[in-house]
Amino acid sequence: MIEARALSKRFHDKKRGEIRAVDDVSFRCEPGKIYGLLGANGAGKTTALRLLATILEPTGGTALVCGYDIVEQPEKVRATVGFLSTATALYPRLTAQELVEYFGRLNGLDEATLEKRADAIFNRLDMNGFRDRRCDKLSTGMKQKTSIARTLVHDPPVMIFDEPTLGLDIMTARTIISFIRECRDLGKTVIFSTHVMSEVEKLCDVIGIIHNGTLLAEGTVPQLREKYAERDLEEIFVKIVTPHLVAEAN
Amino acid sequence: MSIRNVGIVYKKELTEAIRDRRTLISTIVVPLLMFPVLTVGFGAAMFSLLNKAEKETPQVMVLGGADSPGVLADLKKLEGLKIVDSTPDWKDRIVNKEVGAAVEIPEGFESDLARQKSDTVKIYDYKNEIKSEFAANHVEKALKKYSDDIVKERLEARNLAVSVLNPFEIKQENVAPPEKVGGAAIGGFLGYFVIVLCLQGAMYPAIDLTAGEKERGTMETILSSPISRVHLVFGKFLLVLTAALLTAALSVTSMGVSFWGSQKFHAFDAGGASDAGSSQLHIGVGAILSVFLMALPLAVMFSAALLTIALFARSHKEAQSYITPLMFIVIIPAIAAMLPGVELTPKLALIPILNVSLLCKDLIAGTYHWNLIAIIFGSTCAYAAAALFLAVKMFQRESVLFRS
Repeated sequence: MIEARALSKRFHDKKRGEIRAVDDVSFRCEPGKIYGLLGANGAGKTTALRLLATILEPTGGTALVCGYDIVEQPEKVRATVGFLSTATALYPRLTAQELVEYFGRLNGLDEATLEKRADAIFNRLDMNGFRDRRCDKLSTGMKQKTSIARTLVHDPPVMIFDEPTLGLDIMTARTIISFIRECRDLGKTVIFSTHVMSEVEKLCDVIGIIHNGTLLAEGTVPQLREKYAERDLEEIFVKIVTPHLVAEAN
Repeated sequence: MSIRNVGIVYKKELTEAIRDRRTLISTIVVPLLMFPVLTVGFGAAMFSLLNKAEKETPQVMVLGGADSPGVLADLKKLEGLKIVDSTPDWKDRIVNKEVGAAVEIPEGFESDLARQKSDTVKIYDYKNEIKSEFAANHVEKALKKYSDDIVKERLEARNLAVSVLNPFEIKQENVAPPEKVGGAAIGGFLGYFVIVLCLQGAMYPAIDLTAGEKERGTMETILSSPISRVHLVFGKFLLVLTAALLTAALSVTSMGVSFWGSQKFHAFDAGGASDAGSSQLHIGVGAILSVFLMALPLAVMFSAALLTIALFARSHKEAQSYITPLMFIVIIPAIAAMLPGVELTPKLALIPILNVSLLCKDLIAGTYHWNLIAIIFGSTCAYAAAALFLAVKMFQRESVLFRS
């Protein structure tokens, strides 16, 4: 369960002055459901997800992740979250197994549990062929699997994916998509950000459309279709965002 | 503070460091090889060059002297010198190193000598050119002897003893114990190397563990794990400190072995007659250990400062450009301590780096000013704690971690 309450993040930029990357955003993600954060580049998706994963600290508002406050108990929050993005790279000089074990230990697992958990994950993701290979010698697909194994090692009830398929080939992207679905089926709370409409349509139970740090619309796909009288999600997105673009231009 | 968490980070960073060729080269290979190459290689080359210069018969040109056949004949009789005929381009030939030196006998030199009129004999050489100076010194020695003989003759002609000119002898003698002589000679040098190598050893890992992590995109991965940032900094810091101390220890060991080895080499070369020379460079193991003890807080300071600076950078390259000026900031006070006459005072004891460097001179010489040592150890620890505090603060700043 994730509950964002008036979550805000402001940056100070020397050239552009104050930037409201996330501005007073509130939403809920339920267990066993996938929440999709849809927005253009620079809309604030990454910042919002980094706030939920406590990689960044909010400047206003807060959020509860599995009942833990992201401001008050950030370490507890991180222990309940699996975070995956295209920016979360692997340590090149560790083997896949060492990497997964490292993150297991950082999550406080004891050695016996860690061994069992790692074996189970390696079997399930079919990683035994390369578990002893260094991460810098892995193919893109193997790296993605290792990243997935890293996010799963502590069996987190909440999964956060920040544009997980960005820059991946179709086959690797499909692995990730089916993995996200699997997380939902296991009853985890899943939130993921993307700017690819087809992914949202295929995967998400609830969609939030974010623009300039503000959540402009929220609902299930059928709800949004009804409200904006459009079938195509892309048309819906354009309909929601365009008035704001016009307002900014003036 | 969870020692378990710090340990997990440290162990992982150690695994990665051991597998990184660049880290291994900068912390282990370079310090191990630098001194043997410097002392043995450079020393041997120097030695053989000197030998060659001494064995080669230098050529000396005599200018003038046609009316002084006695002096000319004496010069020609000199062993180890070859007198060649003078040419008008003698200056060029000295500069071109074809002729070692030239000696100019003034006109009417012998008749002036007979009349007891003082003339000037000039020796021309190529300053700081080893073979030329060698030839010039040789000629000067011969002429000096010639002059001394004349003085002797003249004194005898007047029935005077030689001691008229030398009413008493002057002699300098060293009373300082050998380790103090050694301390003055190489104490500053040793301190300088320990300080600079501590920095050198910490540099590469500090960059790799911060800016390198940003560059490879693993910063976000590690920040999404439950480890607290304080534990993360400490784990990283301990690895950098390990590298700094390892580099310093290896280089001092290798320096000691090289000095010892080259002394054996020279002693052997001189037919085992230079025992006095080797005892002059006597340095106690205790002195070296105390130098290390003093370098410990300094290594802490360097490691923390380097982490702080390198964390600010976005890439290896950027980090290197920030750290190069730091190198100078460290080297200048370390060198200043090597200047003759700079002595430890309570005020200087508060200046970081310079104080430790000066103290090393004293420690190697076996001088222990306990109150100054306390000031230096205390102040360096304080600076180290401040640097470590800064590193921790830096790791908690988003604008630094996610600088773009």
